[in-house]
This record gives sequence, structure tokens and C-alpha cells, in this order.
Amino acid sequence: MNHLKTKYYSLIEPVFLPALNLFLALIISSIVIRLIGESPLKALHVIWQGSLGSGEGIGYTLFYTTNYIFTGLAVAIAYHAGLFNIGGEGQAYVGGLGIALAGLFFGALPMWCVVGLGIVLGALFGALWAAVPAWLQAYKGSHIVITTIMFNFIGSSLMTWILVSVLRQAGQQAPESRQFASTAFLPSLKRLFLTCGIDVGQSPVNAALIIAILFAVLVWVLLWRTRFGYALRVVGINPSAARYAGISPASMMFSAMLISGALSGCLGLNELMGSQHRLTLDFPAGAGFIGIAVALMGRNNPVGICIASLLFGILVQGGGELAFEMPHISHALVVVIQGLVILFCGALEQLFKKPLRRLFINEP
Amino acid sequence: MMLTYYTFIILLLAATVRVATPLILASFAGLYSERSGVVALGLEGMMLGAAFGSGCAAALYHSAWIGLMVGILVSVFIAFIFSYVCVFKHGNQVVAAIALNICISGLAPTLALAWFNEGNQTPVLTEPNQRFLDISLPFSYLFKKHPFPGLIYSDVISGHSVILYMAMVLVPVSAFILYKTRFGLRIRAVGENPHAADTAGISVKRIRTQAIMISGVLSGVAGTYLAIAAGSGFIPDMTAGKGYLALAALIFGNWKPYRALSACLLFAFTDSLATRLQGVDLPVVGVIPVQFIMALPYVITVLLLAGFVARPEPPKSIGIPYIKES
Amino acid sequence: MDKSTHALELRGVQKRFGSIYANKSVDLCVGHGSIHGIVGENGAGKSTLMHGITGFYPIDGGEIRVNGKLHVFKSTKDSLAAGIGMVHQHFMLVESLSVLENIVLGVERGFLLKQGLKHARSEITQIIKNYGLEVPLDTKVSELGVGIQQRVEILKALYRGADILILDEPTAVLTPLEVEDLFKFLRNLKHQGKTILLVTHKLKEIMAVTDEVTVMKQGEVVLNVKTSQTSASHLAECMVGRPVLLNIKRTAGNRGEKILRLDQVSLRDSDGVNRLSEVSLDLYAGEIVGVAGVAGNGQSELLGVLSGLDSPSEGKVLCRDKTLSNWIDITHDKNGPSLRRKLGISHVPEDRLKFGVVASMTAEDNIRLGYHGRTKSDSLFTNPDRITEICQSLMNQWDIRPVMPKQPLESFSGGNQQKLVMAREMNAAPRVLLIGQPTRGVDIGAIEIIHKRLLELRDMGVAILLVSVELEEILSLSDRILVMNAGRITGEVSSSEASEQGLGLLMAGIAKEGKGDPQ
Repeated sequence: MNHLKTKYYSLIEPVFLPALNLFLALIISSIVIRLIGESPLKALHVIWQGSLGSGEGIGYTLFYTTNYIFTGLAVAIAYHAGLFNIGGEGQAYVGGLGIALAGLFFGALPMWCVVGLGIVLGALFGALWAAVPAWLQAYKGSHIVITTIMFNFIGSSLMTWILVSVLRQAGQQAPESRQFASTAFLPSLKRLFLTCGIDVGQSPVNAALIIAILFAVLVWVLLWRTRFGYALRVVGINPSAARYAGISPASMMFSAMLISGALSGCLGLNELMGSQHRLTLDFPAGAGFIGIAVALMGRNNPVGICIASLLFGILVQGGGELAFEMPHISHALVVVIQGLVILFCGALEQLFKKPLRRLFINEP
Repeated sequence: MMLTYYTFIILLLAATVRVATPLILASFAGLYSERSGVVALGLEGMMLGAAFGSGCAAALYHSAWIGLMVGILVSVFIAFIFSYVCVFKHGNQVVAAIALNICISGLAPTLALAWFNEGNQTPVLTEPNQRFLDISLPFSYLFKKHPFPGLIYSDVISGHSVILYMAMVLVPVSAFILYKTRFGLRIRAVGENPHAADTAGISVKRIRTQAIMISGVLSGVAGTYLAIAAGSGFIPDMTAGKGYLALAALIFGNWKPYRALSACLLFAFTDSLATRLQGVDLPVVGVIPVQFIMALPYVITVLLLAGFVARPEPPKSIGIPYIKES
Repeated sequence: MDKSTHALELRGVQKRFGSIYANKSVDLCVGHGSIHGIVGENGAGKSTLMHGITGFYPIDGGEIRVNGKLHVFKSTKDSLAAGIGMVHQHFMLVESLSVLENIVLGVERGFLLKQGLKHARSEITQIIKNYGLEVPLDTKVSELGVGIQQRVEILKALYRGADILILDEPTAVLTPLEVEDLFKFLRNLKHQGKTILLVTHKLKEIMAVTDEVTVMKQGEVVLNVKTSQTSASHLAECMVGRPVLLNIKRTAGNRGEKILRLDQVSLRDSDGVNRLSEVSLDLYAGEIVGVAGVAGNGQSELLGVLSGLDSPSEGKVLCRDKTLSNWIDITHDKNGPSLRRKLGISHVPEDRLKFGVVASMTAEDNIRLGYHGRTKSDSLFTNPDRITEICQSLMNQWDIRPVMPKQPLESFSGGNQQKLVMAREMNAAPRVLLIGQPTRGVDIGAIEIIHKRLLELRDMGVAILLVSVELEEILSLSDRILVMNAGRITGEVSSSEASEQGLGLLMAGIAKEGKGDPQ
């Protein structure tokens, strides 16, 4: 009898806990909405309609989802090695530079080359941006949270300079690069969705979504089907046992951070190659931080991350509609929900784990 | 010629002091928290919350002092949540701080829009009693008559907001509390060895909560300064990372009061210098891109953490929730 | 104060942890102005009893009387108020603060430190004069040697008005000279009317400084006697004797080639204390070498150096290569554990949860720990079914229950966890097996299997080093026994010559008859 309960528990826990935490976050957000003088139920309805109620809405939702899959995977990989990488925003931004280089200067190559180069350069630049904080944590013990936050700011400054002084088109006011070569335009998924009967309209959902899902699969394989992934997970849970097993915690942590930076660095595939077709100022727009919420909610598992990314895609797209339809509610509300999710899934995750466990497993 | 250089330096120093004020306040807020063993990554959020609260109150009640009170109250409330999650529920301090920072960065503009309908900010403060305006210290008009060295008194030392003077008093007071009172001794003990403090009969929970609350008060003043002394109301993300910079200054200062003060002044100096060197053609290097200079404080922080500038020695128990061991 | 009452009296004191009785029913009488020793092996219940007396872990049953008055201690504050002060084995000092600050911490007497410190200084100076211990009041604790740090701990208790002082394993970290100083000081205290409880496993010290001694075994008091009326060997006998539970038939071993050598290895810790001093030993194929000794005498460090987790400060670690033609120096290597596994050295760590397993991972994940690397024949990706298969087969071989490889390891009992670790290490077909405390926290049934397998392994020609605090285990399994004390090997006995009493004395640092004092 106990075995059955234990089995159910191990299936339920990964789904129930995040759902419970999300529910709590939504409850508190509803209180906020009430404080503003609006109806939470109406707000929820608008969010739902705005995100999944129309073809175009679905398109936009999936577009945002793609962003968060990249950054969510990045946070998750670092987390599995025991590191809290808050630098996703900066790593994504600098990674975008790499992607822009591919799109601006290698346009003569066929599309699959340019896109491939974009992936490589995006990952490389992102990894590079994570390398210094990574090395400092692994080999000097410098707190990775502070160094990555610093690198977010430094990255922002660097990229601003590049956009304003280096890549800006002559005679233009806007701090952005010229447009990429057409071979660097990731194809839209409009036609794919039409075959499923969904018209995504003007939304920028593009092939980067496929790449993102592919990355999710690769990350899953890396973590649970390779020896490297195994060693990485051991380091994250018990560095002493890792040393006993002949694994170097320092080199694992460093590698994990590089991969993490590389994943964030590919964000530009969606935003730049897939949508804006040029390098723009602050294009990550907070996706790096949403990635933290997504990873925690998805319990650092690629499957959970994809689902959590979808949820946040809904929130962000729906939130945009909400800000439009109920002008009293700022789109900053989504940020509040984001913060609450991180709070419950990350800091308070133990709060419900024990009572839930006790409900299912009879322990002495 | 000399006069232009002199005036330049005077303006630079005056600006330094102004920019340093919120950093000093926040850094000392972090001092109490971190010395008791609790990571002070939440300074950014508490400051922002206070900025919002004070902006609202000053606008509604037409009084800067009420603004200050409300700003402090908001910051302390956030500190209380943080202390509940981390000290009582043993939550991960880093994650909780980041979570709260993000929450507030979204909540403040949301409420601002809902309550005031002027975009995501609070109403611009136009009346003189809604802000902490600059005050002139006595006799500064006399000093102004003799610019060299009178301007040092009249423009650098005098002519700032009341909060700045509060901050300046705060530094020696904090040092005193930390090193010469029972409370300070206990904070330091809890931060270095909570087990020892526990065995000595001290409640680790209580000390840490108190330390976090104090850091709430100080962050509250810092945030209020940003909104209604330096600025004219709350603007989204107006703290712009100052909370983290203050923490970096604290680390730079090796968790000691006067060193943290120096670090804050250094950061502020760099920042003010940056603004003044914008577009200026320097010998050898030419015009340094303003972005590079603006990134300087962050780069310095990383260099410090890399061990290039003295070895940082954090309080031993930092970040580790205290659970009575068997 | 009525001279006829005891300073401290315990009647029927009980302490439970879950369903386990750490203290069964303890009776104890300690007179005023005396030094009372409490001895016992690890796990005998001494520490628990002290925790009960000080209120750190309040007792579940029985009575505690101080000076004849009944007390209920719900926290350390209560016991402090009743005049009981404890000096812990691991010092409770804040290293960055000065001695004076450490002493007044918690009893500062006033918001402003200035007054409180001034008062404390004069009072403490008086105490120092009374009891004769020198302590520099304004030095930071981090700059002081261990011996002086201990004095600070004692001063803390005295400053708070302790009349009864409990010292928990006070000499564990002291040099012989520092031990002498401590004893001098304790005698001083005694003469001034203080009562001292000395909790230790070191019999020599008991004999040297106590007036009375109580022996504890498995949560109970087995002996209460005046020190003058007993001897170290008598105490050792009472401490250690236990009915033999298992009847392992051990045939004489067949010793083969020398495979692993330690050559004058010393290991200094971060405080500069020698944890290992000039240790040399040889391991031969087909032989079980048991290392006996009370915990904390260097056995852990010995395993650390042999297994590659620690690097020695001096000396060499040498291993014969697989063809038995060359000796390879493996003393300092970038990745000690990995190198050792390649050479066929397996290790079952003492601290299973910290080093040997990843508790939250599944059983099948733990079966791979250390052996997860890729050999030439393996594919790029791991095959989960194959791993599960291997795990299942090992679980069946070793009777690890339940046979569910995908269960997290922490849900298995201690015995099953240990069996899994042993299964893993033995499955690697090692030439050398290093094991520490193989049956700690393990039930009887598992103990039997583990012992049987160890002997089988030996018969297959594996060199085994067995470190254990359980003398009985050492005696029943070893072909050759080494005894460690204070970081040195103090004696080597063949199994035929070994006896519990003899080993007990060696463990306590007391030489066999005729030989000089090894310390």
C-alpha cells in the first residue's frame, strides 16, 4: 500500500508543487489587482483571451515562450551544478552581438550556414560573457551572484557603446545596427501553423522555436544520458562525493557556466534573426530574469521548463493585452507574478514539500 | 586658468557627495545585515520600494517628512517579509532577495499607474515642501565671498539636502553601534559563529531579524533620498543597480564601516567624473566612451572579487540559514 | 551549603531519540571539590548525557539535583543559572573577536560595552589570579593556540559563575605539554572547591587526574569507582567487553605480493597539528589489515591519504602497477581518487553520507558513482536500462531491499545503503580495498553479509585495509592488526596474539608490559 502511495507521490510532486506555487503567486497577484480596483477574474479572462484566444495571440505567446526556453535552460544547467546564474540577461545580450556579426557580415553564405554560424557565435559570445564570473567562482570562490549581476551591467554598457558608436547606421538616430542580410532571417512558422488550422497573423513566431525545443531535448540528453551530465549533477548536490568519485567540482562548475552562457547567448536567434532582423538596444528585455522564474518553476527539468516557458509566454502576451484593455493595469504586473513565482518556487519551496510529503508517505 | 580647474574640482566634489549619499545609506544597511550573516542582496528592492512609497506620500500629503516616514515603513515591511522567509523559514537568502527585488520592480509601477494614472510613475513633486531641498549651512554666504578656499564650505559641505547630513552623521554612529555596544557585539558574533552565540544564550533569530529591520530603515532613507531629495518623485527602476553597487562597496570595504564609506565615495567619484568627462578630449586616449566610464564601478567590483584588490573576508556564516544542529 | 549533599546527582536519567535510548537509566553522584571522570566508547552515551545535564537536549526521564535541589533544565540558560558550565570539544568561540569579548558575549551587562568590559576585565583578572591560568585578554582568538583557546572556554564558564564544570574530550586537540598544563589548572580548580566532570575516552588521563570514575556502555552506567581503586586495564575491560554476536569462521589467509605502501607519511592540518606522524605501512594481496584505535587518532586521515582525497605533507604513497613490475608514486596527483580507481584501488568511506553516496539520487545513480567514466567499449550515451539491470543484479546479490533501483538512496536503511556502497566497490574487482567503519549504523543481518564478503574478497587475493572503532570487528576479520594513537602506529599485532585487553591498552596509548611509554 505504501509503495503505491510513494509511486503516486513521486509522480504528483513534480507537477503539484509548481502548480501550487503558481496558484499562490496568482492569488497574491489577484489581491494586487483588487487593490488597484479592478476585477481579478476579468483580468484573468483578458490574459487568457489575449494569449490563447486568437491565432495571432497564440503566435506571440509562442514567440515569447521561445525566449524563455533558452534562458530557462541556461539557468537550469547552472543550477544543476549548484550555481545560481543571474547573468542570463547580460549573456543573452552579448550573445546577440555574436549573432549580429553572423547576420551582418556573413550574409553571402547560404541560409543554413548563416544560421549555423549564428548559433555558434551566439553561443560562443554568451559563453565568453559567462566565463569570467564562472572562472572566478570555480577557482577563486568569488560569489557568482554578485559577479554575474555586475556583468549584466557591464554588458549593458558595452552593448550600448557598440550600438551607439560602432554598429549604428550613419546618419540614423536609433541605436541599432543596419538590417541583417536576408539569409539571416529565420523563417516564420506561419505556414506550419496554417497546416494545423491556426492563423498566427503578424506575430513573429519563427523557426527559433524549433531550435529552442531542440535545445531542450539536447539539454535533457546531456544531463540524464551522458556521463558529463551525471558528473555535473553530482557536483551540484554533493561536491565531496564528487571529489570521492574522481570528479573535479571546479572544472565542472566552470563548464556548466559556459554552457549556461551559451544557451542564453542563443536568445538572439529568436529576437534578432527571427524577429527584428537587426541588433537593437536592450533586446533581451528581461528575458534573462524570466528565465530564472521559468527554471525554478520547471524544477530545472527541460520538460518542466518548456511548460513553464509557455505559461510565462501566456502571462507576458496576455499581460500586454491586459495593459491595453485595462489601462489601469500596467504590464509591470507580469513582473510581479514573475517575482512571486521565484519566491515560492525558489526560496519557499520547502514550505509545502514537507506537509505534502507527509500526506502521502507515512514516515515515523 | 587655475580658477576653472578649481571650480571644476569643487563641482566634482559636490557632485561626489551627492551621489554618494544613497550609496552610503544602502551600504550601511547592508553592513548590519551581512555582519549578522544574512546576505544583503535585497537592498535594491527595499530602496526601490521606499522610493515609491515616499514619492506617493509626498505627493498625497504635500510633505517630504511624511514621505520619509512612509518610505521607511515600506522598506521595513519588505525587510520583514525577507526576514520571515529567510530567518524563520530558512529559505534560500539569495533567491528570496532576487525574488523580492523583481516583485517590487513590478509592483511599484503597477500601483503607480493604478493610483495616479500618470504613466508608471508618481506625480512630479513641484512644491518646495514636498522634497528635501538643499539647505545652506550657516554663514555659507560669507564663505562664498572668498572663493578660495571658501567654496569648499559653501558649495561642497554646505548646500545639500538634510538627508545627506543625516547620512554623514550615520557613519560614525553606525561604527559606534557595531563596535562599542552590546548589540553590535552580538551582531558580529552571530555573523561569525552563530553556534557560539547560541551557546552563549543569544537568540540568533532575534539578532538577525533586528539587523534586517535596521537595514530596512537605512535602505528606506536611501530610497527616499533618490525619490524626493535628488529626484522629484518615483520613476520605474530609478535605483538602477545602486543597491548592488552599495553591496559591492561594502565588500570592497571588507565589511568595515569606514572602508565601506571610502568605497562609496570612490564609486561616487568615478560616477561624477564620468558625467563630467563626457565628450572631453583627453590626452593620449582621446574621448573615452561614456559607457566605459559608467561601467567602471562594476568593473572595479569584479576586480576586487577576483582578489586583485585585497582579499575579501566575509562574515563566516553569511548566507547559511542557522538550524540548530544535533 | 550542606556538605553531605552532592554537587551533582543524577537518578534514572533517560534520553530517547525516536525509539532509540541513548541514555537508558543513568545514576551518578559527584561530590563537591572533586574531579569525576566519565569514560566510554564512541556511542556509549556520554555526550548525550552531558547534553541532558546542560539542557541542550532536555532529558526525557529521571532527576537532576544540583546541591541537593531538584532542577528541570529546558535550555542551556537554565543549567547556566544553576551553576553548570560546559566546555565543548569543538570550541564555541568567535575567532574574530578578542578573548575578553568572547567571555562577555551574552552577559555584557549593559548596552554600552565600555562599562561591561571594564567590569569584566577586573573580575576576570581576579579569576585568573585565583586559579592560575594566563590568558591574554585583548588578543583575537584566531591568533591563539588551541591550548589557550581552551582556557578561554573554561574562563567563559567560570565568569558565568559555574561551580560545576563539564569538559567534553578536552585533550583531543592538545599536545602532551598542554595536557599537563590543563591538569595543573584543573587541580587548582578542585582545591578551590569547584566540581569537575571530565568526559573522555583516554584512560591514561583518567588515571592521572580524576578522583572517581564512571564507565558507560551502551547508554548505561556499568561501573562507578574511586580512581585509586581501579586501573586502566580494568577500565578498558569494562568499556570494551561485549558479547560476541557473530561467529565468523576465519581461516588463515594466504598472503601474496606487496601492493600498496605508505612511506613515512605525515599530514598536517590547517592549524599545523600533525594528524599523521611518520606513518609507514604495507598492504599485501590476500590479507586483511585491521586498523584499531579510538576515533580521532588519525585513522580518517590515513584513509584520506590512501584513497587520494588528501595529500600528505610529507612522505610517499606508492602502488604497484597492474603487471606487478613497477612501483608508481601516487602521493600527489591532480585527481587522486580517479588515479586510484585506474590502479584498482577501491574505497568505502567512513562518512558514507558525505563522501560515499549522493543521498538524493537514485540507487542506480549511486551504483555508478566513481565508475561512471567511459571505457573504450562504451557508447557516447549512457544506457539507462543497462544501468538498471546492473543495479538490480547487484541488489539481488547483496540482498539489498527493496529491489527498486529507481528509489532515492536516502529512502533505504543505513544497512542497505552500506551494502550498496560495498557492492559497488567490490564489483569493480579491485586489487586493494580500503574500508572505514563498514558496519556503522548497520543492522546485524547486513553486518554478517558484509563480513562474509570481505573474507571472500580476501581469499580471492585482494589486499584489504579495514579501519574500525569496533574492536570485535577488527578481531574477527583481520589477519594483522595495527593500532593507531595520536597519529602514529603504536603497535602491530598478529591476529593470533591479539586480545581485547591488549588492544584496548594500545588504543589508549598505554604500552604493553615492559615497553616504555610511547608518548
